[in-house]
Amino acid sequence: MSILQTPGSDGRFGEFGGRYVPETLVPACQELEAAFADAWNDPLFRADLDQLLREYAGRPSMITECHNLSEQLGIRLFLKREDLNHTGSHKINNVLGQVLLAKRMGKKRIVAETGAGQHGVASATAAALLGLECKVYMGEVDIARQELNVFRMRLLGAEVEGVTSGSRTLKDAVNEAMRDWVASVETTHYCLGSVMGPHPYPFMVRQFHRVIGDEAFEQMNEATGTSPDFVVACVGGGSNAMGIFSGFIDTPARLIGVEPAGGAAVSRGQPGVVHGMKSFLMQDEYGQVAEAHSISAGLDYPGVGPEHSYLASIGRAEYPTVTDDEVIAGFQLMSRAEGIIPALECAHAMAWISREAKNMQGKTVLMNLSGRGDKDVGQMMSILKDLA
Amino acid sequence: MTGRLEATLRSRIDGGGKCLVPYITGGYPGWVDAVRACAANGADAIEIGIPFSDPVMDGPVIQKASQIALEAGATPVSIFQDIRSLDVGVPLAVMCYYNTVFHAGHERFANDLVAAGVSAAIVPDLPLEEAGDWCAAADAAGIETVMLAAPTAPDSRLPRVAERARGFVYSVGLLGVTGERAELALTATILAARVKKITTKPVLIGVGVSNAAQAVEASRVADGVIMGASVVNRMVEGGSEAVGLFVAEVRKALDGATW
Repeated sequence: MSILQTPGSDGRFGEFGGRYVPETLVPACQELEAAFADAWNDPLFRADLDQLLREYAGRPSMITECHNLSEQLGIRLFLKREDLNHTGSHKINNVLGQVLLAKRMGKKRIVAETGAGQHGVASATAAALLGLECKVYMGEVDIARQELNVFRMRLLGAEVEGVTSGSRTLKDAVNEAMRDWVASVETTHYCLGSVMGPHPYPFMVRQFHRVIGDEAFEQMNEATGTSPDFVVACVGGGSNAMGIFSGFIDTPARLIGVEPAGGAAVSRGQPGVVHGMKSFLMQDEYGQVAEAHSISAGLDYPGVGPEHSYLASIGRAEYPTVTDDEVIAGFQLMSRAEGIIPALECAHAMAWISREAKNMQGKTVLMNLSGRGDKDVGQMMSILKDLA
Repeated sequence: MTGRLEATLRSRIDGGGKCLVPYITGGYPGWVDAVRACAANGADAIEIGIPFSDPVMDGPVIQKASQIALEAGATPVSIFQDIRSLDVGVPLAVMCYYNTVFHAGHERFANDLVAAGVSAAIVPDLPLEEAGDWCAAADAAGIETVMLAAPTAPDSRLPRVAERARGFVYSVGLLGVTGERAELALTATILAARVKKITTKPVLIGVGVSNAAQAVEASRVADGVIMGASVVNRMVEGGSEAVGLFVAEVRKALDGATW
């Protein structure tokens, strides 16, 4: 039996997950759960989605062997190139699935939260393509550091609303999207951007992203004749990591989810409940949710998807942290050594690999390059002043 | 066994009256006086919010009050301490998000409520399916857990919600978060009528009941109202005096109407 779980109607991965939402949203979550199950088992829906992934998003994404970094670090490093997808990250996989599903459910409008803006851009893109209205909630701090993505969303026809409550980052954008959904649930689908939230989101979003891992499993077999020794991905909510882990969970590969030191839900958090799920959560002694602090807007989140909490609790995956300084170094390392500018999120995975390479000599390492760094160059210009 | 909150509401209803339950954000500067003002001006029970960092069911007014309370250093412990000294003579219910309960531990939280003299709890992000463990601890401690009924609930769901409810059934007035609205939503009385049909427990409408006229309109179908943002707004703008005047105005309107 696979470690990868299909949760029952209670939406649990071990003790984690569940559906902690206002009563108003319970019927909507139940309806979504049934609609997803129905669509996922419908060959026509799957064919429509596959076609969009192929002809619109550009799947399958390739793997790239990094010869320069491999030599430098003494490992054999491969990248899964989700950065080459349309819109520049893995987020499009989930969004095409959800928007197609929303349309099938007769919804006219989607709302989404976004941190770095990648999920917001992907949502705006899919909404434009499939003819739905789209509203994206984004913290004001993130709007300031990701203005390029804000403009892209508006260009794509989405309304972007700044969130001024709380830490004014991803956590508060989720709150605001949920408040919108409570009021608009009859016409609106909440297009949640990670493997988090109330059931069925963590399961559904993982299913939409497992294409990453399924492809990579075949590709690594073809390239190396076996599975990698390590599979490494960054973790905020954890969707790109869950996507790639899905393909290797039943192999001997060590699964590494790299969290930012300032948003380390698994290593610094305790079980808690927010945003509809029970999962590891950074919080204070009274259960107030802590504000995360990360250089990367996409990982600036105090919680984590419940399936990651489960994988951590059974010891199947590990969740180390890296500091912002290590991330900045990782960002530059990949850019210079391979001619690939990674998203700041993925630079976390690069930073961990670079730091731990001495303990992985001769091993094969697959890293999920979940997004490209174009969106981050403005922010990095202000940090790497000697280059600007 | 009927708890203190339900018994108090019932005695108002049995006397031909309608129930008024104002909401005050605990820990907001001056909140204790605001609670006293509610009690002195005709509240049948008072809901005390325990501020949470991520209040997804609340609109801007209560969000802001919660944030100010947190910045002023409010914690569940400090609020319970203040409640213990209140002695206002009407039953108190706390409104808190589930992580506050979960983090403290179900039994400990229920016992803390009892020790503070609180009768009931409302946990808006703990729906029926997830409520079992908390309700068991609350039942054992004698804390009444109010359940929310939402306009989106199908007929098959409402009886299960009402059956699990203690104190009263909180009939959610609209699709949306807390906050004042120009008019009472049509959904408010439609849902309350559906709930009344399937339960003998008190049914109170809350969320979007914003003034005395709307309270009367809602109470034509329901057994009374919960008023949150409108009360908190008065507290923020005019302190406990404004709260007292407002609660008295609504009380008078409810008592003066013919049902």
